[in-house]
Amino acid sequence: MSGGVYRPAMDWWQAHGLPVWILDAIWMAVMAAIVTVFVLLTVLILVWLERKISGDLQSRVGPNRVGGRFGLLQTAADALKLLMKEDLIPAGADRIVFVLAPFLVFVPTLVVFMTLPFSDKWVVKDLNLGVLFVIAISAIPVIGLIMAGWASNNKYAMLGAMRAAAQSLSYEIPLVLAMVCVVVMAGSLRIGDIVEAQRGGNWFVLRFPLQFAFILYFVTAMAEVNRVPFDLPEAESELVSGYHVEYSGMRFAFFFLAEFAHLFFVSAFCATLFLGAWDGPWLPPAVWFLVKSYAVVITIMWIRWTVPRLRIDQIMGFSWKLLVPVGLVVVLLTGLARV
Amino acid sequence: MPLGNEMARSLTPTEHVTLNMGPQHPSTHGVLRLKLEMEGEVIVGCEPVIGYLHRGMEKIGESRTYPQFLPYTDRLDYLSSASNNVAYVQAVEKLLGLEVPDRAKYLRVVLLELNRIASHLVFVATFANDLAATTVFLYAIREREMIMDLFEMWAGARLTQSWVRIGGVAKDLPGGFAERAREFCRLLPKRLDEYDRLLTGNRIFRVRTEGVGILAPEMGVDYGCSGPTLRGSGVAFDVRRAEPYEVYERLDFEMVTHPTCDCMGRYRVRMEEMRQSVRIIEQCLAELPKGEVLAKVGRTVRPPAGEAYGRVESPRGEFGCFVVSDGGPQPIRVRLRAPSFFHLGVLPQMLQGWKIGDVVAILGSIDIVLGEVDR
Repeated sequence: MSGGVYRPAMDWWQAHGLPVWILDAIWMAVMAAIVTVFVLLTVLILVWLERKISGDLQSRVGPNRVGGRFGLLQTAADALKLLMKEDLIPAGADRIVFVLAPFLVFVPTLVVFMTLPFSDKWVVKDLNLGVLFVIAISAIPVIGLIMAGWASNNKYAMLGAMRAAAQSLSYEIPLVLAMVCVVVMAGSLRIGDIVEAQRGGNWFVLRFPLQFAFILYFVTAMAEVNRVPFDLPEAESELVSGYHVEYSGMRFAFFFLAEFAHLFFVSAFCATLFLGAWDGPWLPPAVWFLVKSYAVVITIMWIRWTVPRLRIDQIMGFSWKLLVPVGLVVVLLTGLARV
Repeated sequence: MPLGNEMARSLTPTEHVTLNMGPQHPSTHGVLRLKLEMEGEVIVGCEPVIGYLHRGMEKIGESRTYPQFLPYTDRLDYLSSASNNVAYVQAVEKLLGLEVPDRAKYLRVVLLELNRIASHLVFVATFANDLAATTVFLYAIREREMIMDLFEMWAGARLTQSWVRIGGVAKDLPGGFAERAREFCRLLPKRLDEYDRLLTGNRIFRVRTEGVGILAPEMGVDYGCSGPTLRGSGVAFDVRRAEPYEVYERLDFEMVTHPTCDCMGRYRVRMEEMRQSVRIIEQCLAELPKGEVLAKVGRTVRPPAGEAYGRVESPRGEFGCFVVSDGGPQPIRVRLRAPSFFHLGVLPQMLQGWKIGDVVAILGSIDIVLGEVDR
């Protein structure tokens, strides 16, 4: 996308003697709109999918009224309901921080989507330091979670926020270690290069030490998106719903959006790093990319509706005592395999 | 507690946080409020606050005639209404010196054991749900639905059947009931095996329940615990064996105990008890004698002056009902012994030092019903 249209448009623009920054601004706005619409649509589909999958797993039907027999418009109806809710801010809340928090969670989640390679041409911006960019931006939402928990002036929210911070910090390290393996194998931080190194069915998940990195990434990614068995920050039966317990209406919807958008992102990024992104025979690249991403999403949902939740100390122990050492060993093995 | 925490505490003195859990909270199983004193996530103190569902049941008992009070007892332990009925009716029958027909005794046992299974299924469902295994919740409720259908077929009501009467049960089994009950008895063990595969052996479920919420046997006895909560600590006490009522002395079933004293032990006891209840129901349906189901009792029940105590093994423990009569048409005192009340009493001891995530596990494992706690 960036190469095919942008270059000729820029040539035409400069030939007419117009300032470059105007086209760049328009270009950015268009891209942002496309990404936003894509994310919103994806979230609509994911929420519906989650409800249908959980319904199937639990021997019930799930949504089946709004939008035909399969309840296709259920999520849209729910979103509309959330839009029309009264805008509530609790009396003791820190108003500015309270209002700001959902956006601080949502925006970074949206921004990282620009690095996803939907096909060899369809990528908003293939950054030189793509992987580093993703790691850096993905770390921002946790600040929003802490802000939400603090500003709500609610003990449950505060506990949820503390858990979110602790968990996010603990699991980012093995997550980064898993990504480092891929970077070492591909020899580049640019996502385009990583995908290029996997072309022709030569996916990283099939190469020796990277299977472990894949498992490591998958487990930590589940923890990063706060899914059972790692849904400690939300823990409905303990903390009622953790950091967003005081949020309602659209503000709540932003947390919800961010959560599902993040879920899709980690799955798509998993497909990018380990499953060859858009690489595959016969079908168009973008279809392959979506198929792989949704396969990971569905696996995560499947696990979420099967197992119970761990306890906070067990979660921490799991990361620091098992995942981090394993991650270091896998990095070492990858380095040896590269030599 | 590890030494590191002690050192950290001496360096940075902190305040305890008081967290109100409930009365509106998804995991307090009704309107229970727990005042938790916490140090970070660790529980250092807990005070259960009860009474949000108080309806003055014991006082109501004093202002109703003997048969009139019977439907009220359904609303005590509403997950197993028949055991409340039977405890009350036993006390009244003792006062009257009434002999219940044999068939009625068997039918009562069928009703009691079906109630026990239904209640234990709710336990499995909510316990799993508290630990975020939401799928098990729906599976267990699906099986419970079959029992509810059986009750509906027999008594018309699904939850509060009030089908026990002073002197027997209200009506005999409808046609086709025995077949459907047998079919359920064949199906349930298979479904329980399914739960075992999905939940009991699950690594996460085990680390969440094994060794968590220890109830030492002596402490359990001291605090007046009973039922699966006590048997999960290895104490072999079951009213059905200690003081057999109805026809339990003629039936072949095992008293289930588990020695581990933890949440897993209590869970295991209840899972196994459901299998034993299936055995009991099958035996009752096979041995069911012919005859009346309701003894002759006058329209107004006037027991002679005196007092009597009826006790049953409800799904939660020993449910007792103490009735005092002065010879009039109404009791002058009704006292209800609710097992959950005693289990809530020992809860603060069990919670000491555990984390907030364990609170829901431990509270779930003692399986309280606030209806009988608050009375």
